[in-house]
Amino acid sequence: MARDPVLTFTDRGIYCPAGDFFIDPWRPVDRALITHGHSDHARWGHRRYLATHQALPVIRHRLGQIDAQGIAYGENLRIGGVTVSFHPAGHIPGSAQIAVDREGEVWVVSGDYKVEADGLAEAFEPVPCHAFISECTFGLPIFRWRPQAQVMDDITRWWAANAAAGKASILGAYSLGKAQRLLAGVGPVGPILTHGAVEEVNDILRHQGYSLPHTIRAGQGVDGKTHPGALVIAPPSALGSAWARKFGPADEAFASGWMAVRGIRRRRALGTGFVVSDHADFPGLLSAIRATGCEKVFVTHGYTAPFRRFLAEQGYDAGIVATEYGEEAEDAVASSAEPVES
Amino acid sequence: MKDFATLFAALDGTTKTTVKLAALTHYFRTAAEDDKLWTIALLSGRRPKRAVTATELRAWAAEAAGLPLWLFEESYAMVGDLAETIALILPTAEAEETPSLSDTIRALMALTGQPVEARKTAILGSWGRLGTTERFLFNKLITGGFRMGVSQGLMTRALSTATGVDEAALAHRLMGNWQPATTTFQSLIRDEGEGNASRPYPFALASPLEEGPEALGDPTNWHAEWKWDGIRGQLIHRPGLLALWSRGEELITDRFPEFAPLADFLPPGTVIDGEVLAWDHAAQRPLPFADLQKRIGRKTVPKKLLQEAPAHLLAYDLLEDGGRDLRATPFVERQARLAALLAALPGDLPLSLSPPVTFGDWADLAAARQTARDRLAEGIMLKRKESSYFTGRKRGDWWKWKLDPFTVDAVMLYAQAGHGRRANLYTDFTFAVRDGNALVPFTKAYSGLTDAEFAEITRWVQKNTLERFGPVRRVPPELVFEIGFEGIQESPRHKSGIALRFPRMIRWRRDKPVDEIDTLDSLRDLLRATRA
Repeated sequence: MARDPVLTFTDRGIYCPAGDFFIDPWRPVDRALITHGHSDHARWGHRRYLATHQALPVIRHRLGQIDAQGIAYGENLRIGGVTVSFHPAGHIPGSAQIAVDREGEVWVVSGDYKVEADGLAEAFEPVPCHAFISECTFGLPIFRWRPQAQVMDDITRWWAANAAAGKASILGAYSLGKAQRLLAGVGPVGPILTHGAVEEVNDILRHQGYSLPHTIRAGQGVDGKTHPGALVIAPPSALGSAWARKFGPADEAFASGWMAVRGIRRRRALGTGFVVSDHADFPGLLSAIRATGCEKVFVTHGYTAPFRRFLAEQGYDAGIVATEYGEEAEDAVASSAEPVES
Repeated sequence: MKDFATLFAALDGTTKTTVKLAALTHYFRTAAEDDKLWTIALLSGRRPKRAVTATELRAWAAEAAGLPLWLFEESYAMVGDLAETIALILPTAEAEETPSLSDTIRALMALTGQPVEARKTAILGSWGRLGTTERFLFNKLITGGFRMGVSQGLMTRALSTATGVDEAALAHRLMGNWQPATTTFQSLIRDEGEGNASRPYPFALASPLEEGPEALGDPTNWHAEWKWDGIRGQLIHRPGLLALWSRGEELITDRFPEFAPLADFLPPGTVIDGEVLAWDHAAQRPLPFADLQKRIGRKTVPKKLLQEAPAHLLAYDLLEDGGRDLRATPFVERQARLAALLAALPGDLPLSLSPPVTFGDWADLAAARQTARDRLAEGIMLKRKESSYFTGRKRGDWWKWKLDPFTVDAVMLYAQAGHGRRANLYTDFTFAVRDGNALVPFTKAYSGLTDAEFAEITRWVQKNTLERFGPVRRVPPELVFEIGFEGIQESPRHKSGIALRFPRMIRWRRDKPVDEIDTLDSLRDLLRATRA
């Protein structure tokens, strides 16, 4: 006889009836478990928040005064009739998959994840489970990432070539996660300047003990003249802006998984695109799902329809869940429409 | 292929013309002669004879990637480019090696007509040896459609800089139907090749006149004529040869057999720029574009169609007279010689002068323009009387002053993601008008909005999808747009019974509620009015 599902899907978000809490809800709820600090997952207006100790500082910074509790990776916490635990998702520093165990039946919500270790975020760990609720932002087989070290080499070479030509290198990257990962991975060529939105996150993560190279906030009095040959890391919306012009002659590039597709690269009218994603590529999604040993998979956001069908053909009991995640999936769509973060 | 891949990466990696020009010039200075020849051919839309069909490519790529064909198709729908989809979907090459561009093309050409197993082995072998960019370019050689953001003009300029050959002379030499397989780089640029007899001149193109013509100054300096709604063409008569070229540099002589008799009447060494139209002989005026459209795709024309939609060339300009290139002489002089030439021909030939629109002042001309639609013209062309027949689009001498489009307010019913530059962005919409209480889809449109608007609509579509049909999403009928179009015709193939010409979005009407959009009846009224 079929039992009630451990997690259900409501118009407010993923809900656990036995524990009476939501995971990454998109409408205000009483108790919210949060996988990570990106704004489509950690939203404003819940009464109580629970997230990893590593994720909380950024969440607090973004949401202001909230009633929040921290939890360690791997720690078990009893909530109502279930036990919850948080496990590294490898997406950004502090990000977690959330496991919900009800009398031995385990469901895992992936949040956003990436399987390749990037040297900064806590590396992804597969969690054995019966049902896995997975993102699939890049759930098409055209998305296959090269090893990070190779792409970081490309970025370092691009920076060095620009510096040698007397140009600044302005690299667009999402200010929470991607920017810091690039900082941590790029080779030493010259000074690194940062947009305010990036530097705010840098400050928080450094304070937490994450190791980042020295950066200089590109505020007033910091420009292409004071720091020739610099690498400038800024939110994608700052590319091509008046702010970016203060660095003088410059090459602009954008770091995102979407840069794998030529049409998208061209739409942004950007010369250079580096394929760097904080999400799993297609082989990564498949290996992560396989590693859980699950029978049931729900896909939440991304190329859900084809990815579900492919999983079903591989023998999984696979379904699609409509969510409101993925709005800032590496700015696939937002391009010039989004406001410049300050 | 390394040089070519480097060139491609440089061109693809910038939007700056100066950087592209430098990359091309460098390539034309340093690459092997054979590779240069093929590069010119590829950049001007020529490609080797297709050795493998798109269907074969898809099946082989899916198989090599170990994926079901449907998933390949889904990926293709997202990427919007077959060559790129294949390049991305295959596993990384084990060991890379790259033969030269011309060797690669020669190997591809040798595959034509080979048994399927031999072709498959060769293609899979190449895929397995090439890096992702080279693999993409290799596939492009098979599928054609190289778009590198390089205009013919830009390529010609780079080639001129690299070789020292005059740019205008090169522009002319690169026209027509030369083939890289039967010429060499030197004979192409030094004009020693064969097949020059039928070669067209580069077309002179007009720029759109956005405001009225008042800013053009003294009206007496300008010649006005109707902007006809047909196919721009260049008719070439040289000894033993009659050729008709479309503006897209396609040889369309055989599609319009009614022009064949012109060879007996036009003096040899005559080149005429004009508009091919379907013609109403009784009324001595054009038929609607829809009639010409029936003939465009046909290589051989059935008798019935020849009678229903006979072709006629309205002549705009004379580019060559008695074998002499007239392009540098002033327009009025060319026009006078054209008129004299045509006046000497018998009256029943399918060729006549596009009549000038006489006007005293700009207000006269504005009034005349309002009658364009009744004449089945798209508007007015203005040509400076002293202008030469220039190459390409040069602002200042020739202007097209088109009619304002028809407009209709309609609501979006379906959205589909675009291709290429617009991959992943919802840009292709289906629109409906009201018919009583129902909404009837009547047109699709893809263009006219800003990137920011498309991005905003994309987010809306993602949140408001009601149903999915493959790549198409049904959305609630809430977003209203003003749709502009150039013409309307009956179409039994469409549910609405009508089809629009050049539909596009004029603006997003956020101010307009859905119950105030236009009705199918209003479109039917328009259809009746335009046919009367």
